[in-house]
Amino acid sequence: MPTRTQSSKPSNKVNARMTSPLSWLWIVGMAVIIAVPFLVPSMQLLVNFALAKGLAVLGVTVLLRAGQVSFGHALYFGIAAYAGAFLMTSMPATDFFVILIVGVLGAIVAGLFVGLFVVRYRGIFFGMLNLAFSMIFWSILEKFYHLTGGADGLRFTRPTVFGQALDHVQFNMVLYYSVLVLMVALGWFTHRWFASPVGQLFQTIKTNETRLEYLGISPKRALLSGYLLSAALCGVGGVMMGMAQGVVTPEYVWWVRSAEMVFIAVLGGAGSVQGAFLGALIYEVVRTYASVYAGDIWQMILGGFLLIIILFAPGGLIGILESAFKRDTTKPSAKTGDRK
Amino acid sequence: MNFSIFLLALFDGVAYAALVFIVALGLTLIFGVMRILNVAHGSLYAIGAYTTVSLVGYFLALGFAPAFAFPLMIVSAILVGIVIGAPLEYFLLRRIYQKSEVLQLLVTFAVFMILEDVQRLVWGTQPYFNSSALQVLGNVTVFGVTYTAYQLILLPLIAVVLLLGMRFFLRHTIIGKLITATTEDREAAQSIGIDADRVFLFTFVIGAVLAGLGGALASPTTSILPGMGADMIVLSFAVVATAGLGQIEGAALTALMIGLGRSFAVYLYPEISVLVPYLIMVLVLLVRPEGLFGSPAARKI
Repeated sequence: MPTRTQSSKPSNKVNARMTSPLSWLWIVGMAVIIAVPFLVPSMQLLVNFALAKGLAVLGVTVLLRAGQVSFGHALYFGIAAYAGAFLMTSMPATDFFVILIVGVLGAIVAGLFVGLFVVRYRGIFFGMLNLAFSMIFWSILEKFYHLTGGADGLRFTRPTVFGQALDHVQFNMVLYYSVLVLMVALGWFTHRWFASPVGQLFQTIKTNETRLEYLGISPKRALLSGYLLSAALCGVGGVMMGMAQGVVTPEYVWWVRSAEMVFIAVLGGAGSVQGAFLGALIYEVVRTYASVYAGDIWQMILGGFLLIIILFAPGGLIGILESAFKRDTTKPSAKTGDRK
Repeated sequence: MNFSIFLLALFDGVAYAALVFIVALGLTLIFGVMRILNVAHGSLYAIGAYTTVSLVGYFLALGFAPAFAFPLMIVSAILVGIVIGAPLEYFLLRRIYQKSEVLQLLVTFAVFMILEDVQRLVWGTQPYFNSSALQVLGNVTVFGVTYTAYQLILLPLIAVVLLLGMRFFLRHTIIGKLITATTEDREAAQSIGIDADRVFLFTFVIGAVLAGLGGALASPTTSILPGMGADMIVLSFAVVATAGLGQIEGAALTALMIGLGRSFAVYLYPEISVLVPYLIMVLVLLVRPEGLFGSPAARKI
């Protein structure tokens, strides 16, 4: 493995993160993902779904950084997807980017309303109130079927791209590379956001919220900023998923979907940007092939794995990868210091 | 809305509130003592209902009288507490009392996911219905409105008995006092010789039995479907949160509020009836973030 030989280079002084062997793994991984539509076209849609889901998982990951877990973030996934779908059904052949923006705006507005309320709470209340809001939206979608299509959902045609009507294959290509660009851009943004002053304040909610108040900073506002980011990320994931599937159903908002997002976030590595996408990819691939054999007990398997990860590997996949790669380097403390 | 519809809505609300209260009582008891919100509580409720329907179906097929359904409900509730509740506390929750709140929430959530599939594996996805207990007690007529005695008399009676019994149990019996002492200060309680591990186990089993009992009592009144556990955990959380976590008497009142709110909405605005419990919760929490009867917790600095 070329990655292994690089690790012996004594370059971990200033910028350990950029030159760590793990970052080579990410580069190789990205190259593989870019090549998927040409190498294995049958996997294209699967990877597309996984990355869209990964964007939503990133939203949940953001909240985990503040030590909060939301059991209802499928709400924003669904709201964005439905906002896009409403736009498509009322104005067919709307542009792809307009739908993306409208969907995400919908998620942000909803995130602002719900967020203003839930940021007053932490821990149990935060998690459960989010769940309650997602259940409310789910029952609205189911009950007002003359507007929302009920359990059948809304079906819509392909949007245009820059005014051009594309065929099935072309549009899937556009979608695939858009979601890839979004992954890189938003992943990078989130990464920088964690390091920004606002992001640092946001993460202080996990370690010591009282100190924030002593500094004269409102923890609610700090949490709200992260909450809006998480809602927007879930929204991007949701609207991309909706366009990839061409149909949105209340299942987008169902608690199982939220649970799945939390599961992937914990699986990937609680609080890690790369972990969100790595987790989503592995999850989606395993699910596609395993659900054939284990469709009935899929949630049971997820729950079991969740327990195992929480009790025995709290760092998730990223934690396992990092410890595997850092075994022969000298800085075991670099990881914990980095992720705090 | 004429008088008989008003009465119908009132009776619906009271019957519903009684059921929700029984489940919420277990949830709030476990939280009050152990500081854990058991998300799997909803599954215990659903499993209680499934177990009852299966047992009643089996014994009635053997030729027992329909009234035999009542002892079977109690048997099912106790089965849920001992077969599921006890191992859950003993093997799993005991490991996580020292962990953060979010991890505890994730662990009980994982258990919830597992138990949801267990139900599907054991009982499949088709709905079950068995109302023999409902028919045994017959109907009563109040002001010209006919309603089942089971829902109008038995369920509220059980809820009130449980509420008063729980008050008496916690304040005037030795075991109840041990539980209260452990809740107040676990270390101090241990230092005077209370076995806190056993107190927690006992409390959790009682809470699980209450969830199972709620399911058992609900089984004759509704058809039993997958997903009922998810609905119930969110609803009973709404009740418990509106009252303030750990507030037993408050939970009775908010259960009644939410039950009546929902049943009147069913007759007046059927579209929004499922939303009413959450609207009530959100309105209360907007004004009183700790719930109606909760008091702000002292913060550790």
